[in-house]
Formats: sequence, C-alpha cells, structure tokens
Amino acid sequence: MAHVEQLVGSYRAWAANGASGAPSWLKDLREGGIARFHDLGFPNMKQEAWRFTSVAPIAEGSFELAQPPARTPKLDDIRPFLLFETGYRLVFLDGFFQPSLSTPFFDDIQSLAHVVAHRQDLVRQHLGTYAATQDRPFSALNTAFVHEGAFVHVPAKATIAEPIQLLFLASGAKQVVSHPRNLVVIEREARASIVETYASLGQGPYWTNSVTEVVVGEGARVDYHRVQRESERAYHVATTQTHQGRDSTVHLHTVAFGAALARHDIGAVMAGPGGTLILNGLYLLAGQQHADHHTTIDHAADHCESHEYFNGVLDEKSRGVFTGRIIVRPGAQKTDSKQTNNNLLLSTDAHADSQPQLEIYADDVKCTHGSTVGPLDPRALFYLRSRGVGEAEARRLMTYGFAAEILGRMDVAALRAELDRIVRDRLAA
Amino acid sequence: MPGHGTRDTGHALLEVKGLRVAVAGNEILKGVDLAIREGEVHAIMGPNGSGKSTLAQVLAGHPAYTVLAGSAKYEGKGLLSMKPEERARAGVFLAFQYPVEIRGITNSYFLRSALNALRRERGEPELDPIDFLQVLEQKLKAIGWDDSMMNRPVNEGFSGGEKKRNEILQLAVLEPRLAILDETDSGLDIDALKTVAHAVNQLRGPKRSFLIVTHYQRLLNHITPDVVHVLADGRIVKSGGPELAHELEAKGYDWLRDAAMVS
Repeated sequence: MAHVEQLVGSYRAWAANGASGAPSWLKDLREGGIARFHDLGFPNMKQEAWRFTSVAPIAEGSFELAQPPARTPKLDDIRPFLLFETGYRLVFLDGFFQPSLSTPFFDDIQSLAHVVAHRQDLVRQHLGTYAATQDRPFSALNTAFVHEGAFVHVPAKATIAEPIQLLFLASGAKQVVSHPRNLVVIEREARASIVETYASLGQGPYWTNSVTEVVVGEGARVDYHRVQRESERAYHVATTQTHQGRDSTVHLHTVAFGAALARHDIGAVMAGPGGTLILNGLYLLAGQQHADHHTTIDHAADHCESHEYFNGVLDEKSRGVFTGRIIVRPGAQKTDSKQTNNNLLLSTDAHADSQPQLEIYADDVKCTHGSTVGPLDPRALFYLRSRGVGEAEARRLMTYGFAAEILGRMDVAALRAELDRIVRDRLAA
Repeated sequence: MPGHGTRDTGHALLEVKGLRVAVAGNEILKGVDLAIREGEVHAIMGPNGSGKSTLAQVLAGHPAYTVLAGSAKYEGKGLLSMKPEERARAGVFLAFQYPVEIRGITNSYFLRSALNALRRERGEPELDPIDFLQVLEQKLKAIGWDDSMMNRPVNEGFSGGEKKRNEILQLAVLEPRLAILDETDSGLDIDALKTVAHAVNQLRGPKRSFLIVTHYQRLLNHITPDVVHVLADGRIVKSGGPELAHELEAKGYDWLRDAAMVS
C-alpha cells in the first residue's frame, strides 16, 4: 500500500504544479483516475483477471514519476528502433515528447499535450471514452497522469500511405515510471497504418504504464502494430482499446519480446455491424520473463467477424499467460469469431497458461476456439530430419515457423523484416 | 537368394539381413531379409499390420522403433546406426504415408533448407532463393504444379492428394539414391495416382533404386517393379516378379498368411 500512497502523493504534487494549467474537463478526468486508482489499489492474484500474474515487483517497489530527460538523444541513438526515416513519426523519451527527433503533421499527427490545447473538442470527445477504468487500476493510474503521448487523427476519406511510427523510448533511468497516453482517431473511410514501439536505451529497472485508445469510423481501416521490446529488467503494463464503427476493419498486431514482467490488456469493441477484426499476437520469452496477454473482443453488433491468433514461444524459465475473452452480445447475430492460442515450450521449466472465455448471448453465431501447450511436434522434427536437416537446425526452423506464422500476417514489409531479424537473433542465441 | 528378377550385375545398394524390430514392446518385424541393387524397383506388399510401414520407417530412422537384431547395409555401411539426417544426406528418402504439417515454414523454404543440407554434405555450394527457384521450376512441372503451393506452409491445409504430390516433389528435388515410398498410393484418386506414377517413372534410372510399400496392386499397374515381395506377420514370405502382384490382386493375402503361419 505504501506505493499506492506514494503514487497518489506524486500525483498531487504533479497536479498542483506541472499540470495545473490543464482545462477543467481534463483535470476532472485525472481526478477521476486517481480516485479510482486509490480505491482499487494494485491488483492481486485472488482477482480472476490476475490469477496468473503477480504485480508484486511493481506494487512493492517504489517508482517516481519520470523527469524530463537531461539530454536529448541523437538520431543515431534512435536509428536502431526506426523502420524507416521517412514518413511521420513521434518520438518520446521517458514519456516526454522529443520534437527534434519527430516529424509531426500539423495538428493531426502530434503530441497529445499539444493538441489538448489546439483541438480540445476532438480530444475531449474521445479521450478516456473507450479505455475502461472502473476495474482497471493501471488504466486508472494512467488516466490520472494523462498529459503526454501520441495523437493521430486521420480525416474522413484520407489515406496515409506510409506507416506512422510512434516510438516510446526509456532512458533506462532507474525506478521511474512513465504513463504514455495515446489517442488514435481514424475518421470514416480513412486509412492508416501505425507502428507503436516500446524500447529502451538503458537497463532500468523502470516501469512503463501506457494506454492507447483507437477509434475507427465507418468503413475505415487501420493496421495497428505494437512492438514491445523493453529492457529485460523493465516492467511493462499496457492497455490497447479499439472501438470500431460499421463496416470498419482493424488489424491489430502485437509482439512482445522484452520486459521482466509484461501485462497487456487488449480490448476490441465491434460497435457497428459488418466490422472485421484481426488480432494477431506473438510473445517470445526466455530467462525469467513473464508476459500476460488479456484480450477481450466484444461483439456488440451483428455481422462482425473476428479472428484472433496468438502464438507463444517460451524458453528457459519464462511464463506466458493468455486469456481470450469473447463476448457476443444479445442481437449480435451472424457473428463469426475464431480464436487460437498456441504455446511452444522449449524447456521443461517454461510454462504457459491459456484460457479461452466465451460468453455468447446470441443464437445465430459461429464461434470456435482452440489452444495448445506443448513442446515441438516430434513427428515434424522427424520429418525435417528425414529430409537431411540436422536436429538443432530442425528445432530452430520449427520454432522460427511458430513465430513466422504470426509475423507473416503483417502487411508492413519493413516491420516484418525487422521482427524476423529479432526472432532469428533470439533463436540463434 | 537375392530376389527373383534381379540382375546379377550392379552392387547391392541396400542389404537387410535378419531385421527384427519392435515398437512399444511389440515385435513387428521378425527377421526380414531384403537386397536391392542399384537401379532396381522393389515392391513390398502385404496385408494391414504385416509390418510394411515399420520397415519403411525403420530404414529412414524413425526414433519410435527399436531394432532388436539384424542389420541393414546401405552402400556397404551400417544404416541403422546413422541418424535420420545422416541417412537422408547419404541419399535415403522416405515418402511419408502421412506427411506432416510444419507451421509457419513455407514449402519453398523447407525444400531449399533440405536441398542445401544435402548440398553441404556433398561439398556443393548452397543455393540462394533465386537459383533454387530455377531448380524448382522444372521439378514442379513433373507433378503438374505451378508455384502457388510453394508459398504455403508445408502441408498445411493440403488435401490428401496434394500432400502425396508434395512428397514426390521432394523426391524429385532431393534426388535420392534410395527412395522408399510408404503407401504413397493410399487416398489418391486415379488422376493423382497416374501423376505420381508418371513422376516416379521419370525418376527411375540406373543409379536410383525404389522400395515401394503398398497394400494394393493398382500403383504397380503404372510402375512396373523388378521384384515384388510379400510381407506377412513381420517376414517376407514370398518374392517374385511383377506377376506376383497380379496374383495377389486375384487371390488376396490369406493364402500367404496361412503359409507364413505354417512355416
């Protein structure tokens, strides 16, 4: 509890000082967030949603709000984390916007702090509307500290050809927390591709607590990619919440390589009929890493289709947790929903928990799910060896295939190639 | 006694003597003798459960089988002590009865990895994707495929016939010296059967031998073997020329099974 009080205290100091110039609606949003967090405290393993994940290292730790970095990184420093140097990008360090490294676009691809002042109506309409806080302490805490993050707005019928890069870097400063808050608004029939990356220039331990809300209008399409490659000593807690209008398409890809402890809550609401969602995820862990993906797909309207694929590759003493909740609301007829979660255990000390949760309140729907946890298929191993591929290479090939299955669904070639390289490096190690 | 119809010239490529094999504690092969010379096509026929597939798998090195006794010499060397990948690199190929899916690996990547493993063994340079495509193109024609199957994960979502064709494609690309076909005809319609048989016939040559394991004679209508063996209850109970296959088609296996019991 000491840490809860410490965080509330640091909120009070921050609200009275650095954040005091905010408009009143934003202050209210923050106050609601801190009140909620104070009520809820940190989650514990007695709670259903946290059964397999202990946040003790965060709850019993002591994290100070990150300070503006003393030094601005050079482009060379961040180049390893950029897919390309063209196109629009927003770069943050310890949660602070780095204008000299960013290529914003007017008030449409900008830092959230900037647009709060300049596009107040649009921000106010959406910010905090989609990501729930009532039973989500981390999301509530993020909401208390809403200030900085990425803002992307794509006007109706517009297409942004090149993927927009949102890069969140940690300096590696010890025992600090940042609360990036991102808002993405894709208006009707617009189209965009976004790559949100979390990475680190140092070791930490530090804590990232991010929330991203993505609202997708009628007939719009977004390809959203999220890459978590934090320091292996970091704590990463995140929420990604999408909200889809009629006939819209969301392809949400997420890859987790980093952090000692990672928890990612992914929520997708299909609010209008005819929507399509692909939720495609990979976690590749080793050492003592723990990653928990908690996904909720809410079919709130009829004639929507969702396909969810999560693969986990778990080596050494790592642990992967996957919860796939699918809700089909009354009236969401002709829902077509598929979910698979496959976990590959590369060591006898690795562990995976996989739990599908289907809640179906409509009768004319098609919902399937399947999950596997196990070592490499010995039949496939023999098949490869019988073709002349040595045992070690066969194992590597099959493990790579497990990851490649997920990466192959991504449309951004440069990202696919970069993730492919990371996967190969990790398998070679 | 090397089997009926063998030529006296040419080396024995494979020589199996007194091979006894168990799986999960059950003895399946109870003393198999078999000699295949270079360039010969042998067929092994027999009822279900006779041990045909066990023979195919044990020759390829499947780890589930335990060799109790006997030997298998390939090119004069002990085959049974070699790892599966060593056998493959030495030129032994098994076309699987139930080809396995490999998720996330495209057919093209898989085949290139396999071919390069063999080329490394032979001291030849590895093929890059572009060189490999050229090799592949001619081989694809032989089985009546375009390259659309090559960018799909290995055997994933393939029909039964497609999986079998894929085995023959691998055979064509890897160019083994000893090709073992384990019930490649099962589950094939007549067109697919003819395509597979035609591809195999094209691959026949003085340096390449075949061991064709089959329950039915119909594949042998299209691939004429030099020698036909009948396996029953873990032993070869009869060997003969291609006419033996026709005899089996007419009479079934029971008369031979009875003979095996008596012996």
